[in-house]
Amino acid sequence: MAKKKTKVKTKVKSKDKKEKKLKLGTFKETAREKLIGQHIGYRYDVNLLPDYKRITPFLKKYVEAMGWDDLNWLEDVHMGYEEDRPAVFCRNANGWVTIPKSIKLPNNQQDRDMIARELLVKFQMSPKHPLVDLKKAYLKF
Amino acid sequence: MANLKTNEKKTKAQSMGMHTEVLTGRTQQKFFNPDEAENFYYFGTYDVDFNKRTDLDVKEMSAPEANKEIDNLMSQGYGTIVIKNPQGKHSLGVGILNKLNLIFEGSLGYFGMGSCDGPTVRINGRVGWSCAENLMAGKVVIEKNAGSCFGAAIRGGDLICKGSVGARTGIDMKGGTIIIGGDAGAFTGFMMQRGRIIILGDVGINLGDSMYDGTIFIGGSIGSYGSDAVDAELTKSDQDWLTRKLKVAEIGENFDVSKMKKIVAGKKLWNYDNLEPTEKKGAI
Repeated sequence: MAKKKTKVKTKVKSKDKKEKKLKLGTFKETAREKLIGQHIGYRYDVNLLPDYKRITPFLKKYVEAMGWDDLNWLEDVHMGYEEDRPAVFCRNANGWVTIPKSIKLPNNQQDRDMIARELLVKFQMSPKHPLVDLKKAYLKF
Repeated sequence: MANLKTNEKKTKAQSMGMHTEVLTGRTQQKFFNPDEAENFYYFGTYDVDFNKRTDLDVKEMSAPEANKEIDNLMSQGYGTIVIKNPQGKHSLGVGILNKLNLIFEGSLGYFGMGSCDGPTVRINGRVGWSCAENLMAGKVVIEKNAGSCFGAAIRGGDLICKGSVGARTGIDMKGGTIIIGGDAGAFTGFMMQRGRIIILGDVGINLGDSMYDGTIFIGGSIGSYGSDAVDAELTKSDQDWLTRKLKVAEIGENFDVSKMKKIVAGKKLWNYDNLEPTEKKGAI
């Protein structure tokens, strides 16, 4: 009897470990924490610098249209999570924009950040952004 | 007695239902299609052309008059505006939420270029206190020196001063990058929460005092560290980014970034974990 019990416990533990490794908030960020020697308490590492080799064609066009030399304010945009779903924070709407399920997310944070940046620009420039209604209501001149 | 409430005229916001909608206790949902038409500008902003250039002499204008005239010129499609004779006026160029190439031929007073979101600005002079306060996005370049509270509470964008700056640079900053070609005063990065500060020269006492997060890079000597500011290792990725950023800032071309010191928060004063203990579950 005793032998059987120990077998069950080890099986459950190894399953838990596998699940933990798959979650961004646990395994991947812990690796980053080890690298930078700092604990990350927020939903993403705010100090992660962008890898410009991974910039998307849409973001290239956006930067060019704005007359900037780099990602500018988008350097501070990262993919986090909201209610167990991948999301990006929109500072203008003061809320999280969840990523559509149709978008397949890559395996590393740098590529995920580029997707978050692209999606955030599209959301902020959309006529359906909450600020559009606020602007109509409160615009003074 | 007449009911005064019924006689009150509804504001535009009230008539749009913004005061009757109950938002507490539920998630507000807005849906949009990420594949909708490609657009790079905020809804309702002006479509300006960088090649369409004009001058604006603000010598006889007050700051509000000058700012309204800048707005008027943008509405006519001018993408490059040269401001003549700013003469140290306060609050010039504030609240521009448009892409724009703005050039000041002279110096600005207090709160110049505050609360902007998008423009590329060059100031061929000095600036007073709190330049580019609350900058959201864009690039502001100051050719000479700047006063105290340079880049206070900025959220994003690049703020560059080729000369030296006063005390409390980047106080309460929540994003973006501040780059200083010369020296910086006391309490640089005071209570910063995120973002990056690069100082090629020396910095005064209490550097990064009470910082929550973010990174400070120093090229020269440090007067003293503030509470909870600690040294960190300068990585290869930091060096690549610094080289790239200094090129964008048009300063320190030959600066040896490998010798810079990196300062971060010790995170003893910091308690994001306590703010959302149940939220950090992990996803994706």
